[in-house]
Amino acid sequence: MPNTNKTRVTIDGNEAAAYVALRVNEVAAIYPITPSSTMGELLDEWTAAGQTNIWGTVPLVQEMQSEAGAAGTVHGALQRGALTTTFTASQGLLLMIPNMYKIAGELTATVFHVAARSLAAQALSIFGDQSDVMAARATGFALLASSNVQETMDFALIAQAATLESRVPFLHFFDGFRTSHEINKIEQLSGGQIRAMIDDDLVLAHRRRALTPDAPVIRGTAQNPDVFFQAREAVNPFYERCPGIVAKAMEKFQKLTGRSYRLFDYYGPPDARRLIVIIGSGAEAVQDTVDKLNEAGEKVGLLKVRLYRPFSAEHFLKVIPGSVREIAVLDRTKEPGSSGEPLYLDVVNVIYESRARGRFRELPTVIGGRYGLSSKEFTPAMIKGIFDELKKEQPRNHFTVGIDDDLTHTSLPYDPKFTIESASGVRAIFYGLGADGTVSANKSSIKIIGENTDNYVQGYFVYDSKKAGSMTISHLRFGPKPIHSTYLVTRANFVGCHQFTFLESHDVLEKLDEGGIFLLNAHYGKDEVWDHLPQHVQQTIIEKKLQFYVIDAYQVAHESGMQGRINTIMQTCFFAISGVLPREEAIQAIKTMIEKTYGKKGEEVVRMNYDAVDHTLAHLHKIDYPRKVTSQIPRKPVVSPKAPEFVQTVTAKMMACCGDELPVSAMPADGTYPVGTTKWEKRNIAEDIPVWDPQVCIQCGKCVVVCPHAVIRTKIYAPGLLKDAPSAFLSIPCKDKEFSGQNYTIQVAPEDCTGCGICVDICPAKNKMETRLKAINMMPLAPIREQEKASWEFFESLPEVDRRLVKQSSVRGVQSLQPLFEFSGACAGCGETPYIKLATQLFGDRMLVANATGCSSIYGGNLPTTPWTKNKDGRGPAWSNSLFEDNAEFGLGFSIALTKQKQYALELLRKLEPEAGSALVREIADARQTDEAEIFEQRKRVELLKTKIIKNKSAEAVHLLSVADTLVKKSVWIIGGDGWAYDIGFGGLDHVLASGADVNILVLDTEVYSNTGGQMSKATPRGAVAKFAAAGKKLGKKDLARMAMTYEHVYVANVAMGARDEHTLKAFIEAERYEGPSLIIAYSHCIAHGIDMTAGMQIQKDAVMCGYWPLFRYNPQLFKEGKNPLVLDSPDPKIPLKDYAYKGNRFKMLVKSNPEEAKRLIQLAQEDVLRRWQTYQAMAQAGSEAPAAVDQPAKS
Amino acid sequence: MDLTTTYLGMKLKNPLVASASPLSESVDNIAKLEDKGIAAVVMHSLFEEQLVLEARELNRHLTAGTESYAESLSYFPELSHFVVGPEEYLDHIRKAKRRVKVPLIASLNGCSSGGWTKYARNLQEAGADALELNIYFLAAKADTEGAAVEEEYIRILKAVKQNVDIPVAVKLSPFFSSMANMAKRLDEAGAGALVLFNRFYQPDIDLETLDVVPNVILSTPQATRLPMRWIAILHGRLKADLAATGGIHTAEDVLKMLMVGADVTMLCSTLLRNGVDQVGVILEGMERWMQEHGYTSVRQMRGSMSQKSCADPAAFERANYMKALQTYRKPL
Repeated sequence: MPNTNKTRVTIDGNEAAAYVALRVNEVAAIYPITPSSTMGELLDEWTAAGQTNIWGTVPLVQEMQSEAGAAGTVHGALQRGALTTTFTASQGLLLMIPNMYKIAGELTATVFHVAARSLAAQALSIFGDQSDVMAARATGFALLASSNVQETMDFALIAQAATLESRVPFLHFFDGFRTSHEINKIEQLSGGQIRAMIDDDLVLAHRRRALTPDAPVIRGTAQNPDVFFQAREAVNPFYERCPGIVAKAMEKFQKLTGRSYRLFDYYGPPDARRLIVIIGSGAEAVQDTVDKLNEAGEKVGLLKVRLYRPFSAEHFLKVIPGSVREIAVLDRTKEPGSSGEPLYLDVVNVIYESRARGRFRELPTVIGGRYGLSSKEFTPAMIKGIFDELKKEQPRNHFTVGIDDDLTHTSLPYDPKFTIESASGVRAIFYGLGADGTVSANKSSIKIIGENTDNYVQGYFVYDSKKAGSMTISHLRFGPKPIHSTYLVTRANFVGCHQFTFLESHDVLEKLDEGGIFLLNAHYGKDEVWDHLPQHVQQTIIEKKLQFYVIDAYQVAHESGMQGRINTIMQTCFFAISGVLPREEAIQAIKTMIEKTYGKKGEEVVRMNYDAVDHTLAHLHKIDYPRKVTSQIPRKPVVSPKAPEFVQTVTAKMMACCGDELPVSAMPADGTYPVGTTKWEKRNIAEDIPVWDPQVCIQCGKCVVVCPHAVIRTKIYAPGLLKDAPSAFLSIPCKDKEFSGQNYTIQVAPEDCTGCGICVDICPAKNKMETRLKAINMMPLAPIREQEKASWEFFESLPEVDRRLVKQSSVRGVQSLQPLFEFSGACAGCGETPYIKLATQLFGDRMLVANATGCSSIYGGNLPTTPWTKNKDGRGPAWSNSLFEDNAEFGLGFSIALTKQKQYALELLRKLEPEAGSALVREIADARQTDEAEIFEQRKRVELLKTKIIKNKSAEAVHLLSVADTLVKKSVWIIGGDGWAYDIGFGGLDHVLASGADVNILVLDTEVYSNTGGQMSKATPRGAVAKFAAAGKKLGKKDLARMAMTYEHVYVANVAMGARDEHTLKAFIEAERYEGPSLIIAYSHCIAHGIDMTAGMQIQKDAVMCGYWPLFRYNPQLFKEGKNPLVLDSPDPKIPLKDYAYKGNRFKMLVKSNPEEAKRLIQLAQEDVLRRWQTYQAMAQAGSEAPAAVDQPAKS
Repeated sequence: MDLTTTYLGMKLKNPLVASASPLSESVDNIAKLEDKGIAAVVMHSLFEEQLVLEARELNRHLTAGTESYAESLSYFPELSHFVVGPEEYLDHIRKAKRRVKVPLIASLNGCSSGGWTKYARNLQEAGADALELNIYFLAAKADTEGAAVEEEYIRILKAVKQNVDIPVAVKLSPFFSSMANMAKRLDEAGAGALVLFNRFYQPDIDLETLDVVPNVILSTPQATRLPMRWIAILHGRLKADLAATGGIHTAEDVLKMLMVGADVTMLCSTLLRNGVDQVGVILEGMERWMQEHGYTSVRQMRGSMSQKSCADPAAFERANYMKALQTYRKPL
């Protein structure tokens, strides 16, 4: 009998899978990767809190150094008979494939839970499709697909039951983001139901197969041509039995829960003519559309594929109505060059083979197509388009849907206006900023409605590609019926715009129904707001007869101490206006949720949220607006008309959230894009920007060097150029002797600044009359935006400094070098980007960058706009990202190729000596290229060479022309975070260091996996809390620098720009000059440290002062001079570790969660610091320079 | 030799009390103080404002950057609980109570009436033998009238008294127009003792960095003069006990304070500077002096030099200041 005592929970797909995984496993070996990371994190948190599996024991969770490592550990744990699982996606799954073959070959029961995601090809994508799962389909794992959150919980259990019985390992998957991150109301499996599904005899059998010296066997032998083949075929019976076992488990599951599933579920009328076959979340949208179309008299059906491998033709054929004449098979993957995508080929084959069984009187037509790659929307309109296509005499095969393929014309036409959005219930869209708490508020609202009403709920959240000032769009549905709409809200009856500025740049009212509710957060009062609306917004409000509400949520937030978080305020407004719940009841429910969410963080946090709720309604106003448009405010153009054509036609579309409209022909086929596009995306996200005070300024350049976003620039130029300067442009004579007679300006790019304030914090010059002011001060952007825009434009028109004249060994000098990395989407105040920017200032015009996947590849390479740029000569860093794990090797490839090409160029040069001239050939071949001037001269020589041979059509000359540029020194940089360098890429890094190649490795050490949300790496310090180290990391940080020093041929530097910028600069220059591998480990403060990002550089200083982050350089060059290669560049520890550590929440939250343990670990960490310091001191003792102090504020 | 005294209704073995300082943050230190002969310990202060700020900070850092970018929707693990309220402090009192026998006086530094009364009750329930209210209000706004400030002190005391049964002392600043009147009003409002006086954080500036910097300076013996005068004046005029605090470093300082009328004397800087052994040194010094001078009990000397009992009562009033200057000039 079905269990009628149902618990309903409102959770996302990741939590649903993890809920079961915790209960049916003993071991989990994990590694973070989007969008599956949450599953591992939840297991870590739950086990840390003592939650047990169904056998009453707390599973062990082990974070590994890569997915390959996780798979190996899973394999080992399984061999020892432990019930073991893992969670992964995308490239992570690819790294597991070798072990998956082994695990399957050895018939080992396990379930891998996969949040299916795109594979990196022409570009990386974190979003959902099934390319990863399809790449693993040959491993021998069973593939079981869930199409919604409920199924994700249910199939996690069914997979576990089936794997134990069949001994075929299972890959249980669901669509990344669409299911993994969609919040939905589902029935939670009870402990009893889980218990009943798992047969302990099978568990014991699994354990009995474990390797044990008490009864040894050997597994994992090497086999030869005589038997391997036969042995491989020996597993066949297990695969033959597997579908039946899954079907049986599904039947048992139905008896326990009432929820019915089959290997292939047919949905539709028994006499359907046209059919869509699909796997995953898309099936939900098809199901709703099928209902709608059949209501309109069509005869269409859906076949949901649950168990894709082993593919049971028998079960498949059994459920298809004999009436079906046309079938469209949809694949959410692409297999270039194939005769069709995987599911399509399987279906074609099964239909073809069915001839023998006489299943169909006439074989149906089968077509295949691709949809939904990288979370591309898959809507009822597209589905109708597919069904319509099937009506045609000769439907298009190998189609695509959802895009405009104007290149090879694969795409199906459809009517984008077709919608089946239910008229009942609430369909709401909220536009917010990441920082304002909009998504949190909506997640809370969904839970409130899910838990307090009989409504079904759905929440899905769209984030943009920037980390600072990012826009979020929340799509919420509530209604009396289960919600299958696995696509964004197409028609809303409520729109909340939580940021007024979005009205200028986005059409936020496009999807709002006539008569719908529009809630706007605005700084303006109820009587003045109308006049501040852009023209098109007024027009829409009038035309759609909207109910228009306004609130100044920031004022309420300010008064309640909410520090810019408007979540509870906007949530209260939503409930008050939407009427989903009676107002009083809603407010009580919000407060209960506040207590539940924030209670543990202290009464004060609860109090301020309560205050915010209580003060909201008094500030919420319904606006009685005029019936005619009065505004003169136009919609802002997306980019300046000065932008290049590609930016105008392609990039601008993406920036305006209209990238879906771009046709295939607009996209570069090989993933190659122009550089320097961030400068066209004027995001205006800062409320306050720095403003220069030339009278106070000492021209030290520190603000310019630390600016993470390259928005503060210096130029030194002839005073005569000022004649066309706008009136607000500031200029003062340059203080440097080298530039005497020249003028000096520090200018801020007002529309690109994030307002982080790091520049002001670092500025050492104080105003003598008013000491609160410095030489650079934060001021509100709005009143000075136009004037500063004009100044910035003029500033850009000024010439760049002659690089040969700049003293590059000083920060004072470097400040005027043009950065070739600008306006990235990194977090405001990022600690990584100042190092990258510095490298581009020094070496950018001859730099190749291999960038590991992570934060730096995201802010460095995520469309629509990218920050790597070029100078007026068209030179700049050439950047690429291969993978996460292989970056050092990828960069080594650059280096080897350059070495070979240069060798070849020299060989050809000598052959062409008669033509090029002996003197030139000798000069080129023997050129020293250690500084800017020498490189400049070499460039001139190579240009001359080119002019001399350009007309020569001999093979030698043509080839020499193609490689001649390698004769000018290039600088190979291998850049990545600690997750790459210490963990997943360490093997490669180590090999590249050992190779002796002339590469420069920059490790941006944030001491956690920042990009995936702060998981522990081997760089995480002892005592810090991180994901997968919820109880504080127990062991110390790996000393990567010391490991590299053991080679004795590697240049190694430990730097912290905030502590001593000149030291960082010196290390960069030395590393680049060193003709061998160089490793720079750069302290990078990070939002994941839980610090005040404005003070990031000061915190770096503390890190050095306490000895936690010693500054040093290990230069093997010094060996040759008979000196000790290690020079310690920072003084003895001056302050205790805790004075530094407790400035960051990562350490402090352990004090707040487990004070005793915090005390123990900080003590040990302090000992680590002193011991490490002593070790370095001893190593550096002979011939070390006297350590200099960390930077002290200069006297103005 | 009878060194006993009473304070806040408690019989103490001697008049040496450790005042609120970082020393009492460790139970081991409290036990050491007891070993060395301290008669009672005032715990370090529970600062309501600090709890509020810490909770806000924790919340701010746990939410910063969340729900902004699809790959990193949060940056910290979701922990099931935090010790963000007064719980850690209360637990500390509980632990100290289990460890030592000397009375423990909890110290409360509040900033809202809610916090004062609620935490006072928590402190009592945790086992504090008495409570010291550390009321400090810097009236920096020109619109705030002196009377309103005084009224706030009385209001807080009354509110706390209503909520607890244990005795309540008030530690206050000397910055009142009429100190004697203020003392009388607090006495009437139910203060079990007045602790004279609070030493406040006084900011300094750094000439090099041009920053305002916190600058905690340990007291010097000169600091005893202010409480000495006021204890002398107030002794015998109030029901409340009097505790002297500030600058008491030696046995002589203690003896003087007792003579002007203090029921107990509170030690801080000397313990931080010289270690807890200083308690024994002072006790020894007191006994030696009392023996040498023929005293048999603290009771005998208490108040013997107060304004009421001394030969020259006017010496404690303002005129005395002029005389002191003249005395100073005489040798010239």
